[in-house]
Amino acid sequence: MYAFLTALAQGGGDAAASEAGHFEPFLPGLVVLLPLLGFVINGILALKHGRDSAAAVRAGGELTFGDRKPATHTLPTWVGPGVMGLAFLITLVNFTRMLGAHLEEPVVVHYWTWIATGTFTVDAALQLDQLSMIMMMVVTGVGFLIHVFSVGYMKEDPGYPRYFAYLNLFVFFMLVLVMGSSYALMFVGWEGVGLCSYLLIGYWFSDREKSDAGKKAFIVNRIGDAGFLIAMFMVFANFGSLDYVPVFHDAEGLAYAGGLVTAITLFFFVGAIGKSAQIPLFVWLPDAMAGPTPVSALIHAATMVTAGVYLVARSSVLFALAPLTSAVVAGIGALTALFAATIALKQNDIKKVLAYSTVSQLGYMFLGVGVGAYAAGVFHLMTHAFFKALLFMGSGAVIHAMHEAYHSTHSHEDAQDMRNMGGLRAHMPITWATMWIATLAIAGIWPFAGFFSKDEIIWQTAAFGGAAGAPYTALYTVYWVMALAAAMLTAFYMTRMMVLTFHGANRTGAEESRHLHEAPVVMWLPLAVLAVLSVFGGWINVPEAIRASFLGGAGALPMTEWLHHWLEPLTAQAHHIQEEHLGELAHAAPFGGGEVMWAVISTVAAAIVVAVAIRFVGGRKVVAVAEDTTELTGLSKVLYNKYYIDEFYDRVVVRPIVQGSRFCWKVIDSLIIDGVVNAVGWIAKAFGWGISMFQTGSVNTYAFILTVGVLVILGASLF
Amino acid sequence: MTALLDSIGYAGWALHALIWLPVLGVGLVLASEEARAKSVAFWWSIGVFVLSLGLWWAFDPAEAGLQMQSSVPWIPDWGVSYSLGVDGISLFMVMLTTFSTSIAILGSFNYIAKRERSFYALMLLLEAAVVGVFTATDVFLFYVFFELTLVPMYFIVGIWGGERRIYAAIKFFLYTAFGSLLMLVAILYMFWKAKTMLGVPTFAYADMLRIPLTGTEQLWLFSAFALAFSVKVPVFPLHTWLPDAHVEAPTPGSVILAAVLLKMGTYGFLRFLLPLFPVAAQHPTVVTTMMVLGVIGILYTAWVAAVQPDAKKLVAYTSVAHMGFVVLGVFALTVNGLQGGLVVMISHGISTGALFLLLGMLYERRHTRAIADFGGIARVAPWFATAFVITALASIGLPGTSGFVGEFLALLGTFESHPVIAMVATLGVIFAAYYMLPMVQTVFFNKLEKDENREIEDLSSREMVILAPLVALMIVLGWHPTPVLNRMEPSVRAVIERVEGANAQASGFDTAGIEFAGGPEVDDLDTRGESDAVTDSDPTPSGAEAGISADAGA
Amino acid sequence: MITESLVLSAILFVIGTFGVLVRRNAIIMFLCIELQLNAVNLSLVAFSRMWGIEGQLFVFFVMTVAAAEAAVGLAIIISIFRHYETVNVDSFNLLKW
Repeated sequence: MYAFLTALAQGGGDAAASEAGHFEPFLPGLVVLLPLLGFVINGILALKHGRDSAAAVRAGGELTFGDRKPATHTLPTWVGPGVMGLAFLITLVNFTRMLGAHLEEPVVVHYWTWIATGTFTVDAALQLDQLSMIMMMVVTGVGFLIHVFSVGYMKEDPGYPRYFAYLNLFVFFMLVLVMGSSYALMFVGWEGVGLCSYLLIGYWFSDREKSDAGKKAFIVNRIGDAGFLIAMFMVFANFGSLDYVPVFHDAEGLAYAGGLVTAITLFFFVGAIGKSAQIPLFVWLPDAMAGPTPVSALIHAATMVTAGVYLVARSSVLFALAPLTSAVVAGIGALTALFAATIALKQNDIKKVLAYSTVSQLGYMFLGVGVGAYAAGVFHLMTHAFFKALLFMGSGAVIHAMHEAYHSTHSHEDAQDMRNMGGLRAHMPITWATMWIATLAIAGIWPFAGFFSKDEIIWQTAAFGGAAGAPYTALYTVYWVMALAAAMLTAFYMTRMMVLTFHGANRTGAEESRHLHEAPVVMWLPLAVLAVLSVFGGWINVPEAIRASFLGGAGALPMTEWLHHWLEPLTAQAHHIQEEHLGELAHAAPFGGGEVMWAVISTVAAAIVVAVAIRFVGGRKVVAVAEDTTELTGLSKVLYNKYYIDEFYDRVVVRPIVQGSRFCWKVIDSLIIDGVVNAVGWIAKAFGWGISMFQTGSVNTYAFILTVGVLVILGASLF
Repeated sequence: MTALLDSIGYAGWALHALIWLPVLGVGLVLASEEARAKSVAFWWSIGVFVLSLGLWWAFDPAEAGLQMQSSVPWIPDWGVSYSLGVDGISLFMVMLTTFSTSIAILGSFNYIAKRERSFYALMLLLEAAVVGVFTATDVFLFYVFFELTLVPMYFIVGIWGGERRIYAAIKFFLYTAFGSLLMLVAILYMFWKAKTMLGVPTFAYADMLRIPLTGTEQLWLFSAFALAFSVKVPVFPLHTWLPDAHVEAPTPGSVILAAVLLKMGTYGFLRFLLPLFPVAAQHPTVVTTMMVLGVIGILYTAWVAAVQPDAKKLVAYTSVAHMGFVVLGVFALTVNGLQGGLVVMISHGISTGALFLLLGMLYERRHTRAIADFGGIARVAPWFATAFVITALASIGLPGTSGFVGEFLALLGTFESHPVIAMVATLGVIFAAYYMLPMVQTVFFNKLEKDENREIEDLSSREMVILAPLVALMIVLGWHPTPVLNRMEPSVRAVIERVEGANAQASGFDTAGIEFAGGPEVDDLDTRGESDAVTDSDPTPSGAEAGISADAGA
Repeated sequence: MITESLVLSAILFVIGTFGVLVRRNAIIMFLCIELQLNAVNLSLVAFSRMWGIEGQLFVFFVMTVAAAEAAVGLAIIISIFRHYETVNVDSFNLLKW
């Protein structure tokens, strides 16, 4: 710990840094430490605030703020986003430095030895390379915007400082996750963000449903974490280390498609499934929408849930060596993308739509990293962080406005149900415009960010399946079709959401609609920033072919393939393995046609779907929840109820475990084991009782027995 | 610091003082007024704790063997001596004992309302006995202390306990006494063996190590010792005394029971079972049995804990689950496993002790332990809730807390030698969340419905003084366990070397010029186990690949 | 000589034993116990003729103990009689089980 402070004082890290290239890290420890500092300050404020709040509750009321907010409320406003802003600035400095340096090897900054048992050592050390840099930019950048947004969104909340404490802590753990130099440290962040997710989902813990959702998230995540742990054990047992650098270096010695590397990667993927809400462990994410909306934007869209993708991308060498695992990763990804998209079609809660959309988009990312397009996966992760954070925050602005409208008339209508919205465009133009940008981006319409990233993944799927030595070729064709289908569904359900929310007649209520108004500047400004990123964010990774075609303005538009080259030092090893064993990737899709052609097809198709959806959804009559008496039937009902997956799990997993637990307790523990224990006691007691029968209390009996005994002994000794 | 300690000859008298000062404290407490007994006991125990802190510096981290040894003949005719010493294994157990005794005494100020003098006297007596257990280097002396711990604990449960205290106290006493009596038989057997083999009557630990034993003898003796320690740990299915004892015991009793007394069992594994009977300890059947029992302990008790309506009983069951990790780590016979087991022992002492304290504080406020009686406490007692949640997270092994370091290392070490068992045991992390979170939720979250709960006070300053060091330790050990690990490492290595060296040693046991007739049995015993139990310290991809496909030892 | 003494001693002892076993009156039982003791005394005296003075020494010990026993025993019997108004031993089984 002391070493850490001295290292900080010296301007970050020791020797290891200067050796690699010209890159000199600038206070990387501070990037991690600042959110932690924010957590400590906000945490102390929250504890102090908690006492006041408790006093109010004990008096039978609730802590409310007038116009004069206490210091415990005003300070977090500056500390929470402040530390994030500083962290982002430091990250930016590091990023520009790394841009200038041609970093070939990762820079590892050691602070102190975390665990050293003699045969196992892991340091508290940060790894700075191209991948962690991208993640740091996303986490601190988008994180900062969401912190700012939260200032407006959570303004009236009685637990304000606690909220920022949790949020800062989350960012701390997220940064440990992406910057840690070993799997062990990644796991620290991995479980840490899970904890913060738990705390933030159940932030309004007085509501049983919400705290249940938090608990569910934690437990489901832990299933994945167990897989992560096992994978780590395997890695350590085989490489003798958990640090990335030696592990990836030694990984080359592993047999291609060997049982070991397949097992390791499969268990890592179990971890990723849990954290990134993929089939079959996706059930926690829709429930996680119980948390405050900025939390959904930060944790359940932009950062934490993408940790699984980061894990696979980080371990690209291992996954490239395991074609079976890669096929599983891609398969789960494609299936999830399609599956979640179908559910999103029928949801009425605006956040639920976005939640399933997130699950679906995460599926795309896994499809990308599953087909060896690690850069494409990370690319989609990044653009998705932009437009999905924007969508979530936009929905937050909508909910905020709806909530205030209902609040002013003391109505208890559902502020999140889209059937109660409609026509919000007139009241919230900025939110409307920015959310449309994000919708077009996620729908994959040219030239928005999502078009380039999603198209890249779909194309890579086709190209991978068509490679000379590709295994399971037919399977990849299926994946490709699924991905295309999911893209169309995405365009539809997102448009449906926009139309229901912003277009048509207003259904909020006559009195209420007068109270609807645009979000304050502190809330819409982050939306605007993200809207810009959602438009242009995709231009940093455009393949040569598209750039040269009319989609890239025949090279006139300022597009580059920068991200791909940027990540090259990290993915090169995996690509090398891939090329060696699979040969060159195909240049045509399964049904013919090249990259540009399919890009055009998909964007045109998406645009058509958007147009159709506007007509279709806009043409239907929608009624507010209170008047809605529609009985869903058939497929709609199944989709609305999410294929009854929760019910299925409840019956097949949860209840048997609980019943098994009761059985263990009541039968095995209390009846059998304790029964035996008590039986031993009873036997001893009964034996004693039987013997005591000789104790008649009558002196003559004793004398008689004594005499008989003496005679018997005498007799025995004589004969 | 070291110089200061040297100047007062600390190493020479510290261990004796740590045993006899609490005994002196017993007298002082008994002599003081009833009202002042608690503060006398508390400050006295703080003094003992501060004294024990010196061990940290006086201890030489590079030395594997016993340090600060001193010996006085006690019953010379039988070779019994009063001899003490510490090594890396017992060092932290001693410090944990002195620490948790102070904490437990401070935590009982409100809880204990009758016969305070006797109570605090018994607490100090217990401290003396437990320190004696951890420092004794004479097997007879160890046994005396081991049994002596029962007496104060029996009275603490039986007099200051809950409704079914008599049942619990008797169950506790008989269960543990039954186990240790067999150990006494085994100790006496070894005494006679020592007398015939070495020619002198001796109970000294160092001499016991030198007794040549055949494989069969080792198995029998191992079983007797293992039974005594397994009851104490407790290992499934010998655990049913624990929930009863915990539920009925007063808060400080539970704290000491969880923090220290259970550790006597696993300490016994490390100090006696493995070094004294290395051949038996490597026997594949034995290792597999112990490991499987450990895994059952982890998973089964997690399930049982999850459906307990009584919060204290829930935590009691989780103790069994935690100790399962220790059992795994110990019998993994790898450096990581043993170190992990030791860290779990420390961490469990801190976090479970803290959980019992917190539940005790809750009980003082509401006079109920039923989980369903609470709800929404975090709204009226936010500091309380914060402390509880941190402790609960440390208990379920969240990274960044001490629980993670221990469980991770224990599982890692187990995986090195027994991959399949480790993989099954890893499921324990899921079920840890399954038992802990619903309890936390029902007690602290959800709606604040009951008016009685609205009246619950937040932490008082005394309670904060109790909890602060515990919470701080959980976090510090989670981020910087290396100094602790460093001090344990040489002793842990020595244990492993002793066990693994047993094969060679057993067949060529002629050091003392004694004819050793046990060759055939020994060979017969360990031919199968040798390749499996000995860990692969030089991991190669191919070797480890085989390790994954085949469950070694299972 | 010795044979006769021992036979007499044995007869007395058996009578005493028989008395203890069959009689219910505490005083009688007490006297029978005295008879047993004196039977033993007789054999001790007889043996001392052959083996030395120790036998007679021992008789004194027995007599002393018997006297003490008689004192305590009779006191107990009297207090029992005062309480129960009977000395029939069948009536006293307080120490049952």
